[in-house]
Amino acid sequence: MPSLKDLKNRIASVKATQKITKAMKMVAAAKLRRAQEAAEAARPYSQRMSAVLANIAQAVGQDDSAPRLMTGTGKDQVHLLVVCTAERGLCGGFNSQIARLARDHTRKLLASGKTVKIICVGKKGFDILRREFASLIIDRVDLREVKRIGFANADQIGHKVIGLFEQGEFDVCTLFYSEFKSVIAQIPTALQLIPASAPAVAAETTGATAIYDYEPDAGAILGDLIPRNISVQIFRALLENVAGEMGAKMSAMDNATRNAGEMINKLTLNYNRQRQAQITKELIEIISGAEAL
Amino acid sequence: MVMATEFNFELVSPERLLVSGSVSEVVIPATEGEMTVMANHAPTMTTIKPGIVTVKFADGKKDRYVVFGGFADIVPTGCTLLAESAVHVDDFKSEDIVRRIEAARAELNHAKSDDQKFGIETYLAELTTLQGIVVPA
Repeated sequence: MPSLKDLKNRIASVKATQKITKAMKMVAAAKLRRAQEAAEAARPYSQRMSAVLANIAQAVGQDDSAPRLMTGTGKDQVHLLVVCTAERGLCGGFNSQIARLARDHTRKLLASGKTVKIICVGKKGFDILRREFASLIIDRVDLREVKRIGFANADQIGHKVIGLFEQGEFDVCTLFYSEFKSVIAQIPTALQLIPASAPAVAAETTGATAIYDYEPDAGAILGDLIPRNISVQIFRALLENVAGEMGAKMSAMDNATRNAGEMINKLTLNYNRQRQAQITKELIEIISGAEAL
Repeated sequence: MVMATEFNFELVSPERLLVSGSVSEVVIPATEGEMTVMANHAPTMTTIKPGIVTVKFADGKKDRYVVFGGFADIVPTGCTLLAESAVHVDDFKSEDIVRRIEAARAELNHAKSDDQKFGIETYLAELTTLQGIVVPA
């Protein structure tokens, strides 16, 4: 049975923890708003990009002039997985969900005799995947120092991936990230980057495609566009990830704050009960002492 | 029939939408040379090189933006410019271009094929030209 003083200390420490989790929740809420704004601001670019890409892809068609990034190497022996996770923990199942999806995918590929290479973006995913696939991880990108993710960060990763592709290091590249559905729902997603699948042409734009002038020519533009599109996809994934991380952190910290509140109630009840018991005990001692006289 | 003299112009960078509005004239640094886009331009798609985009709004106001590569999608009723990076001329910092030039030079040393080398050299030349324009001597 803990003494009154012990209980008092416990209550104080849980209260302190609750204050911290509450503060973290508020910080996450503020950061979430900013992350959502960033994701929103980046949306027009990727939308236009896919519209333009769809247009050109249709014009070029699947003939030999299409760049190799789009047609692929024709094999699917070596797979590259780019796994994007957060840099920090304390955000519920956010990181482990992405890692689990990547792990299941890796196991499946390995079981069917494929070679797998992994690039980790973010420390948490690296920590989780290292346990099982340490030998498969060929690179990791650290974004811990980065306060606000800019296009340059994504472009760097994109260049790395394309560089590896040009050296013939892999055949298929898949990007793992978490799609931001809402504050409480983040869906781990796998997206195939290379060979790039051309987005479907929206019905309204199809009419205008046939009469486009291309300068220099469609093939050259496509060759310029596809690497850029890969960077854009990575950029979008990173932004979605940041928003998702903050959302997950917010709800995790909200839960923690609530749990701490429950614990404080329980401990306070316990404390009061014990105090009452002690007072009763003291009274009985005094009364029985008086009666004995 | 009076021809429309205004069209919709959008300048987008991966981070955000910079300009969206009705304009009368836009000068784009296309790879094959500068081109002025006005309303009812033939549908064209072109890549752009580092340079300055001059936007003349419908109300006569003029604005200039520095862009680094990207491409433009032009249709008779509008023009969308997707820039890899775009800033307003007033916010432009000369260190930015110096950094890019240095990065391109470093890349040139690592270039393996002649094709690659040629591409980087062209890019470098475009950057230096741009530097001459925007950075006052």
